[in-house]
Amino acid sequence: MHSDYKTKIVGFKDFVFRKSLWVFHFGGASCNNCDIEILDCLTPRHDLERFGIMLVGSIRHADVLLVNGSINMRDRDRLLELYDQAPKPLLVVAIGACGCTGGIFAEGITFAGPVDKIIPVDAYIPGCPPKPEAIIAGVARLAGRKT
Amino acid sequence: MGRKTLIPIGPYHPLQEEPELFKLYCDGEIVTDIKWETGYNHRGIEKLSESKTYDQVFFLVERICGICSTSHPFAFANAVEEIAGVEIPDRAKYIRTVIGELERIHSHLLWVGLAGHFLGYNTVFMWAWKYREPVLDLFEMITGNRNSYAMFKVGGVRRDIENHKIPAIRKEMSVIRKKIDLLTGAVMDDPVIHARTKGVGVLTKQDIIDYAAVGPTARASGIATDIRKDDPYAAYPLVNWKVITAQEGDVFAKAEVRLLEMYESVSIIEQCIDALEKLKEGDVSLKINEIPAGIGMGRAEAPRGEVFHFVVSDGSNSPARHKIRAPSYTNIATFRKSCIGQTIADATLSLAAVDPCYCCTERMAAVYDNSTGERILNAGELIKLSLERTKEIRKSVAGHE
Ligand code: SF4
Repeated sequence: MHSDYKTKIVGFKDFVFRKSLWVFHFGGASCNNCDIEILDCLTPRHDLERFGIMLVGSIRHADVLLVNGSINMRDRDRLLELYDQAPKPLLVVAIGACGCTGGIFAEGITFAGPVDKIIPVDAYIPGCPPKPEAIIAGVARLAGRKT
Repeated sequence: MGRKTLIPIGPYHPLQEEPELFKLYCDGEIVTDIKWETGYNHRGIEKLSESKTYDQVFFLVERICGICSTSHPFAFANAVEEIAGVEIPDRAKYIRTVIGELERIHSHLLWVGLAGHFLGYNTVFMWAWKYREPVLDLFEMITGNRNSYAMFKVGGVRRDIENHKIPAIRKEMSVIRKKIDLLTGAVMDDPVIHARTKGVGVLTKQDIIDYAAVGPTARASGIATDIRKDDPYAAYPLVNWKVITAQEGDVFAKAEVRLLEMYESVSIIEQCIDALEKLKEGDVSLKINEIPAGIGMGRAEAPRGEVFHFVVSDGSNSPARHKIRAPSYTNIATFRKSCIGQTIADATLSLAAVDPCYCCTERMAAVYDNSTGERILNAGELIKLSLERTKEIRKSVAGHE
């Protein structure tokens, strides 16, 4: 149900994502390192905002959904709900080993599947945690810019 | 009014070991009750640990919490080494201590930044995090990664800090000391920060004892509990340092304790690298072939308090049972004491003082509960409340905007 918008509005999508990207950050059952590195991107050394990329407080304002951490059973429904609330088109980025595959927690008893089993994912930024440089490169490349 | 407001904080608290959903029940501006829910971050680590070998468990416990990613391996190593009955080489002890203290500096800086952000002092946030970067660079130089250092193993550490790296660490320490001076000056002398944090979220000595709070939270209320002194491990008994305490128990005292603790950490690191220079390079781990059956307890002082690991070994190559208790587990319960009766703007600050994270506030949504008519504030409104409060105080302090 979530995948058909993609094929229909490719041109529109290109148009939308050429502008500043607003990012919403969803931290699942993570170890925080990914969360901290995402916040770190905003601070003076990395300064993500120079690309017009901004963290926003509500999914309804967002162009990009960053998901990090393994998703446990409790997070799963909330992630789905957020995805439904988000304005489309939406880019979904899975961050970290946990976001991409479940990482070290994939064998855990509460694991509900890596992000791409739950919602469609446009990009993966692997690493445990990925460096801020990698996160910025990933998001900026998604936006079709040269980093 | 008469209508009760429910403010959820959370559910995702990325900077804690246990992300929670806090519900503040408010009557007008005053918080009347607080409740919390857990489970959003449950990953089944204790169970997972039983399926991993002792070597692998280090990588797992490191990922319990990204900020305390030394404390958990530290405590686990202490527990397993107690079972094995080994004493690690001195060089490994010093290296472990250096890593542990570097972590404390970066964690406290992170806290100062977030607290500043929440007070409406975004400059403090940006500066503190900027000063944190050199610490992460040191980590990268020593361990190869900015976070999750993978330094620990049973019987020692995985990598040596070679002597040729020591001058760089020493230089960085003197730089960091100056930066802490700057931050401490900015926080201690600011009348607005005084007005916002003094007498807010007070925890008395008795409260700390009742709730068994640990770490800086307890030390700010005059209880000198510190595992590094109470149950010495690694190189802490070999170096000179003192436990920082304050008496007031309010948010300001907690900030003060953390800021002053960073000086102690810098001095511990300096003493450790001096000692490292005198020891033989390369002698950093013991070869341990088997872990006998038995039980072991390991404790370590994380930036937020005592981390406790309990390991049962049945003589195989993985733990038979592994129990973990993180400091926030007890510290969180103190919210009932520090928040109830406060205004919302102050309560959120009291929550921050214990050192949870406000990334959570980026994930709140404004919702009206139809059945009860309870209104749920969102993150933006919450921060705005706090910002307005600071602005008012700033106005009255300076006499103008
Ligand atoms: S990928 Fe690694 S750093 Fe990121 S949340 Fe998972 S365990 Fe933590």
